[in-house]
Amino acid sequence: MIDRDTWGEIVEIASRNKLRTALTGFAVAWGIFMLVVLLGSGNGLAHGIEHQFRDDAINSIWVSSGRTSMPYKGLQPGRQVRMTNDDYDEVITRVPGVEHASARFWIFGNQQVTYRGETGSFTIRAVHPGHRILERTKVIEGRFLNELDLAEYRKVAVIGTVVEDSLFGEASGVGKEIAINKISFLVVGVFDDDGSEREKELIYLPISTAQRTFNGQNRVSQILYTTGDASLAASRAMAGETREILAVNHTFDPEDMRALFVNNNVENFQRFVAMMSAIRGFVWVVGVGTLIAGVVGVSNIMLVAVRERTREIGVRKALGATPGSIVRLVLAESVSITAVAGYLGLIAGVGVLEGMSALLPEESSFFRNPEVDLGVAVSATVLLILAGALAGFFPARRAAAIRPVEALRDE
Amino acid sequence: MIRLRNLHKSYPMGSGSLHVLKGIDLDLGRGELVSIMGASGSGKSTLMNVVGLLDRFDEGEYRLDGVDMSALTETQAARYRGQFVGFVFQSFHLIPFKTAVENVALPLFYQGVPRRERNRRAAEFLEQVGLSDRAHHLPKEMSGGQQQRVAIARALAAQPKVLLADEPTGALDSVTSREVMEVLQGIQEQGVTVLIITHEHDIAEMTDRIVHLVDGRIVEDYPTARAGGSQARPQPAAAAGGEARA
Ligand SMILES: Nc1ncnc2c1ncn2[C@@H]1O[C@H](COP(=O)(O)OP(=O)(O)OP(=O)(O)O)[C@@H](O)[C@H]1O
Ligand SMILES: [Mg+2]
Repeated sequence: MIDRDTWGEIVEIASRNKLRTALTGFAVAWGIFMLVVLLGSGNGLAHGIEHQFRDDAINSIWVSSGRTSMPYKGLQPGRQVRMTNDDYDEVITRVPGVEHASARFWIFGNQQVTYRGETGSFTIRAVHPGHRILERTKVIEGRFLNELDLAEYRKVAVIGTVVEDSLFGEASGVGKEIAINKISFLVVGVFDDDGSEREKELIYLPISTAQRTFNGQNRVSQILYTTGDASLAASRAMAGETREILAVNHTFDPEDMRALFVNNNVENFQRFVAMMSAIRGFVWVVGVGTLIAGVVGVSNIMLVAVRERTREIGVRKALGATPGSIVRLVLAESVSITAVAGYLGLIAGVGVLEGMSALLPEESSFFRNPEVDLGVAVSATVLLILAGALAGFFPARRAAAIRPVEALRDE
Repeated sequence: MIRLRNLHKSYPMGSGSLHVLKGIDLDLGRGELVSIMGASGSGKSTLMNVVGLLDRFDEGEYRLDGVDMSALTETQAARYRGQFVGFVFQSFHLIPFKTAVENVALPLFYQGVPRRERNRRAAEFLEQVGLSDRAHHLPKEMSGGQQQRVAIARALAAQPKVLLADEPTGALDSVTSREVMEVLQGIQEQGVTVLIITHEHDIAEMTDRIVHLVDGRIVEDYPTARAGGSQARPQPAAAAGGEARA
């Protein structure tokens, strides 16, 4: 449709009015620039929050106990709720939809861990085998804990990469005996974790062994489980059910939010997703608004240009230009100006985002990888061409309607 | 070539309308060189615009090269215009930012002629009006007579059957006017029908035939001395003009 000659005409006309073309283009370039930077920043925010969730399974519910804050059945508030193995067993059997589960038993404070004279101080986390999925632990050597370890109260340990490095240096820790608080444990596996550095300084022990060895009796500090592909509503029902069970077992008001903390990641994630789409929607509205302002500018300037060129268009018509060819000329000019300017804006926007990326600290958590993906670039391009066509539409119509008789009348 | 029968045209004016052409009957043959004369406001330009398909008419019949020209769409009119008609204007109307050769090539662009061919033909027509050496000059770098010759070359570029010129010498001095008229006479010899509007008798005398318009009607239509029609001159003024140059 746009052949080399039409191109020649456009370049000629655009370069004849350099300042005007530049000003027109700037409005559009600015619109696209804003759109890209805003969208990229929105993505950065999304990535940051996604990163927060990356550590743990998104579809999980985390339960920990607290202190009662309401009187209930004649009992005074302020009682400490202590969860037990029985609670754990009941929750995972009675709550429908539980997929992977684990309890956690905290051993207070760091423990002295030694291997042949190398000593370090590390945190112990006593768990069930299902914990691997919940925490997204990556076993890189050996194995994770299994049911048999728990059943037989085996003195085995799975250590984090940081632990392995500090105790064994370059050598592998698997198969070695380490002493935790002077009690001997066999290292059966080494793990890595995407979460923070602290996650890699942990030592996992079978919960049964730890309860027995560290005088924990049947105490459980946390109960966590994944909800499979349960919907938001289903996950809420599961959280409610869990609360009911523990409320009965420990005689507290199910409404007492301080007696038991149930953290539903499904809900958190859902909330995050909703927030992200709201932010994205807002960004599009602002960006497109800016772009529309640019388009209106282009349209106005093109209208002025068409008015100035009335006589020339009249001459063209007298020489056999059809209304269609005039429309094409104006539209092509508008689309080219918009497209070229918009493209420059796109490049500038991407450049700014790249710069932001480079300047951000590696471990920045709330804002990561601000970027625009291919989809956004394609939408922006389509938007630009539409914008250009829209901007050219009214001027083109006016140009096509110019009557040569009037345009050519000698004053 | 051109055949008008009982042609009427009015312009809407406020509530009523202004009747400008009041029944024009006119036949122009192939290769005729004809001038239209008449007082200001008599409808000369209007008639030419209708003939050149720049404007519509209300009533009557218009055939161009045998084709009925009533009720054309804008696009059809543009096509026929490009194909049949060349225009020359009093104020030249060259496109100011295009060089002479680019101006001449423009109608060919709208005919869909490929670029190379276009430029070749444009150069040829410039040569014909004696301006080969000014091919790459902008209009503002040329004299009025030169600009008008470029405009004539442009009007001829698409090889029209009819060339319409509304006061082509109106902005030129008498020497330059003569030059331009000689170019138009040359075109006539190639078989193009040339119709010019003029207020000057000596210019009109350089054509074959004079059509006199008064208030939207043709009142006189007679051959000039150039066409050997001295015995048919009914107007003393025209005769005097003719004799002055004879
Ligand atoms: N577009 C228009 N709308 C309304 N009236 C018009 C229009 N064009 C011309 N007229 C009127 O029609 C009449 C004829 O105009 P036209 O231009 O044909 O005259 P002309 O014979 O060419 O005059 P001149 O010698 O001054 O060029 C005039 O009264 C003019 O005012
Ligand atoms: Mg006139």
